[in-house]
Amino acid sequence: MSGMWPLWEVFIRARRGMSHIHVGSLHAPDAEMALRHARDVYTRRGEGVSIWVVPSSQITASSPDEKDAFFDPAADKIYRHPTFYDVPADAPHL
Amino acid sequence: MRSGNANSGTRWADAELTARAQPLVEYTLRLADDALVLSQRLGEWITRAPELEEDVALANIALDLLGQARALLTYAGQTEGAGRDEDALAYLRDDREFRNVLLVEQPNGDFAVTMARQLVFAAYQYELYDRLRASADQTLAAVAAKAVKEVAYHREHAALWVCRLGDGTDESRRRMVAGLDAVRPFVDELFDTDDLISQLGAVAVDPADLREPWAAYVDAVLTDVGLELPDPDHTARGGRLGLHGEALGYLLAEMQHLHRSHPGASW
Amino acid sequence: MDGSDEQEAAFYAIIDADGRIEPRDDMPEAYRRSLVRQIAQHAHSEIIGMQPEGNWISRAPSLRRKAILLAKVQDEAGHGLYLYAAAETLGVSRDELLDKLHTRRQKYSSIFNYPTLTWADVGAIGWLVDGAAITNQIPLTRCSYGPYARAMVRICKEESFHQRQGFEALLALTRGTPEQKAMAQDALNRWWYPSLAMFGPPDTEGGGAKRSTHTEQSMRWGIKRFSNDELRQRFVDMTVPQADVLGLRMPDPDLRWNDERGHYDFTPPDWDELFAVINGDGPCNAQRIEHRVSAHHEGQWVRDAASAYAAKRQRHLEGVA
Repeated sequence: MSGMWPLWEVFIRARRGMSHIHVGSLHAPDAEMALRHARDVYTRRGEGVSIWVVPSSQITASSPDEKDAFFDPAADKIYRHPTFYDVPADAPHL
Repeated sequence: MRSGNANSGTRWADAELTARAQPLVEYTLRLADDALVLSQRLGEWITRAPELEEDVALANIALDLLGQARALLTYAGQTEGAGRDEDALAYLRDDREFRNVLLVEQPNGDFAVTMARQLVFAAYQYELYDRLRASADQTLAAVAAKAVKEVAYHREHAALWVCRLGDGTDESRRRMVAGLDAVRPFVDELFDTDDLISQLGAVAVDPADLREPWAAYVDAVLTDVGLELPDPDHTARGGRLGLHGEALGYLLAEMQHLHRSHPGASW
Repeated sequence: MDGSDEQEAAFYAIIDADGRIEPRDDMPEAYRRSLVRQIAQHAHSEIIGMQPEGNWISRAPSLRRKAILLAKVQDEAGHGLYLYAAAETLGVSRDELLDKLHTRRQKYSSIFNYPTLTWADVGAIGWLVDGAAITNQIPLTRCSYGPYARAMVRICKEESFHQRQGFEALLALTRGTPEQKAMAQDALNRWWYPSLAMFGPPDTEGGGAKRSTHTEQSMRWGIKRFSNDELRQRFVDMTVPQADVLGLRMPDPDLRWNDERGHYDFTPPDWDELFAVINGDGPCNAQRIEHRVSAHHEGQWVRDAASAYAAKRQRHLEGVA
């Protein structure tokens, strides 16, 4: 899709003394808009004090458990690659 | 800059003023109606915004404005002392009794027109409420103290978008230029002053004082992306006297119809 | 998964211990696909649901009601966003999902294919539709897929507020003028059976005791905790006393308390109608999709502009002329 905005992960620190917690993700064209959207969507109830936004592609994740035999070193992104699963258009129930 | 038009804002306001017994009510209604009508316009974007995140953002702004309108209408009704509450004022006045500026009643147009309107108006409200915090009237001061934080956010939102549309694609730039053209005729009215203002003294903020700081902010935003507010080819005013365009009638008809269909009912 | 027995055993061990599957865990491909579909359709429901209620923002009969409705519709957009975010953890993009919605390859809750004809419909949606949604959603806060369960916790907190507001709006009508009371009764008459249908068809085969394969699979995976019929019964039992408080008459002459069962007996909705509406034959199907597609299409130049601006700034930062 043309003009698709990248995915950002959102972390909120609700109060002083706490650490930032991952609350979800959103789409935004750049960091400034990502922060604004995060404030609008994730703190609508005035919940957030500090917001971090990070492009999802910038996050490196560890293996879920340390079973190296099943860990694919290339797949170190936080979510499965969008292109990894290519579902045929006529697949039922999709 | 005042236009060379013989029908200057000041002269129109003087003529109406003799009929006004309660200047504070009149002044409060101006602010209230601005917020109410703009809130109504922004609400029209819900389910139609360019991205879901913008549905949320625009609803936020509409809600803030509605909150300002409700507080101001309630105060106007109390001050008037004729038993009119926020709903009586919102739903039972006719167009000729509304005191909003013409800018806020204009149809939304495309997203660029709406953002042009937002930049102009939110920047105006920011300067207004910033100074109104020092009003000699406690209630207006309190409303302003809360509202100034909200409109600072609105102003920033508009600036973000004007930049992105102004310096995005060729198409978005074309539309942004057209958007600024569309709102320009309605800018001067924001800064009109009249005898009502001087009558209220330290209670009111003189709109004429707002033009310079407003222009500093707006020009900075526009210059950043190589845009500018054009010279107007005409200037429209009359809203403060209840002389609106034809669009307001339709807006109010839609807004008021259900309420008016059930006289005296509670909701 | 590659069909490795160890991976599959690890997956089911988590499920059986009532644990949470997280985005990078091994999972059966069918589990992933089923979740993508379910979460996406849930998200689509939230954003399509904005339309029938958004229909009344401009005409709300008091400023307080206008504010409440604006906040509610705004919440629904937010819920849609939470859910798209949850779906994206499974390796799809929001754009793909929206495209499936726009081309009708994925669906949304059929309840939103009915029109909101009066102000009372707005109250009825809050009371009945959100009530049914909550009944469905509370068990989902414990579903096996972590991001979905966590999104549901956020959503449920906000949704209970909506249901109360809808009920309160109807209460104002039933305590109001005869015209207002008639408006409320009319809304209940039209929204009751569609609300019952929200829980889906009976998930037993042939009306007997054997559950459908889909339901069985969903339960084995910890996605579904209760059957459609169990949830529907729960909703009826909760809602009938509320109708009494409102002073409204249920449009079901056979609705009555059954002492033996300890539940209300009620007439089921017309399943033929439900399937017809799901398959595109409801009063508003075309309109809902058209509205959504149109908004998306008209917003393209805006989204493109924002992307272009970001790209320019990025190139500038990187020192490219």
